[in-house]
Amino acid sequence: MHSSTGFFRTAGLILIYGAALLSSSVYSGSAVSPGSKAAGMESCVAPTEDMRRNHMDYLKHDRIRVVHDGVRGVKNSLAGCIDCHAEKDGKGGYHPINAEGQFCSGCHEYLAVSLTCFQCHSKKPDPKQKDAKSLSGSVSIEQSGHLGLLTGFDEAPALSAEEMVQLRAISREE
Amino acid sequence: MTGKTDQPKDVKRRKFIGITVAAASAASVAPGILLTLADAGTESEGASSNVRWGMLVDSNKCAEDCTACVDACNQENGIDLLQRPEGQGDEMWNAQRPQWIRKVKLRDRQTDEITNLPMMCQHCEFPPCVDVCPTGASFKRADGIVMVDRHTCIGCRYCMMACPYKARSFVHQNVAEQTVRAPRGKGCVESCNLCVHRVDSGATTTACQDACNKDGHQAILFGDLMDPESDLSKALKEKSSRQIRADLELNTGVRYTSL
Repeated sequence: MHSSTGFFRTAGLILIYGAALLSSSVYSGSAVSPGSKAAGMESCVAPTEDMRRNHMDYLKHDRIRVVHDGVRGVKNSLAGCIDCHAEKDGKGGYHPINAEGQFCSGCHEYLAVSLTCFQCHSKKPDPKQKDAKSLSGSVSIEQSGHLGLLTGFDEAPALSAEEMVQLRAISREE
Repeated sequence: MTGKTDQPKDVKRRKFIGITVAAASAASVAPGILLTLADAGTESEGASSNVRWGMLVDSNKCAEDCTACVDACNQENGIDLLQRPEGQGDEMWNAQRPQWIRKVKLRDRQTDEITNLPMMCQHCEFPPCVDVCPTGASFKRADGIVMVDRHTCIGCRYCMMACPYKARSFVHQNVAEQTVRAPRGKGCVESCNLCVHRVDSGATTTACQDACNKDGHQAILFGDLMDPESDLSKALKEKSSRQIRADLELNTGVRYTSL
């Protein structure tokens, strides 16, 4: 009796997990700011789903190597995030990446996770470094078609009803 | 505390070790190593313990009213971006604002001889700030640079108390603007890091040295204490130099001549 409920529970979990995986692939539409360099790129340093869930760990891991071991040019650097994801303000500069509706704060505000990186770190790309190295072949915004969840900068970032369902499915899985 | 690990090693021995290590690694895991190197891309190797960065300051060449090194340091490390908190008076602001390098003027009481010198973190081999740090935020890199990991600094300021050179500063106010190379925030201690971002990108000079040379004084010489062929080692071999508070046996990386 016990073993059979165990079996059903496992089967159910696998089903939910599978559904979550499927929906997450639908959900993985882009959230990048359209005016940023990232909008013209194929992917981040890792697949989008991976970056969404693990970027904080990657950053934490590599920051120790940079600060303590002096390794530069690491794959996961905060400066790298900002170089690609900062949106141009149309006046030759960039919007601070933690400003309302920008790439970092868009998600962090929605998920109510405080974003403390920028109490100390620069919120804009290094002005001296005009063209930061591109990570992969570039795709234009027109080609990529979708601009993701955070396209409207006049209004607060919002998810559609369908996206909310998908988001809940993902968080249930965890 | 009598270690002299920063002294140049015998050149022949260094070369011999280098060749042996290279040969051993090539023989054992040659294909793997080649693969890893190819994949590493732009990632740098990081700080090496075969290097110890240091500095030689010639206080005879340090001009009295010149602040080129201080200004250059402030600009290089984003210290000039700090805004004075509203309503703070001159005295408090000047006492509390971060200062990685400062000019010191000494007067001999008996002879009235005046000596000028820049004072900054001396990058000790046995740094007291590291000894007292309760979180491990204060640390010494493999290449001898003493610095603060602000991710783990809790701002207790024990290190400031422990430093015999008064080299460390505390950031008292919120910081609105930073440069990419020099992060800075309220509640952390900081000090000279020998322009670590430049060193890591392969530069052979610090901002203060560049500024001093540009003004024609050439009082500051930065280099590798472990490399017997470096300009710094050669200069140290030629001139008599001093460590400040050598009695503490901290074996500082910053040395002074004509002092």
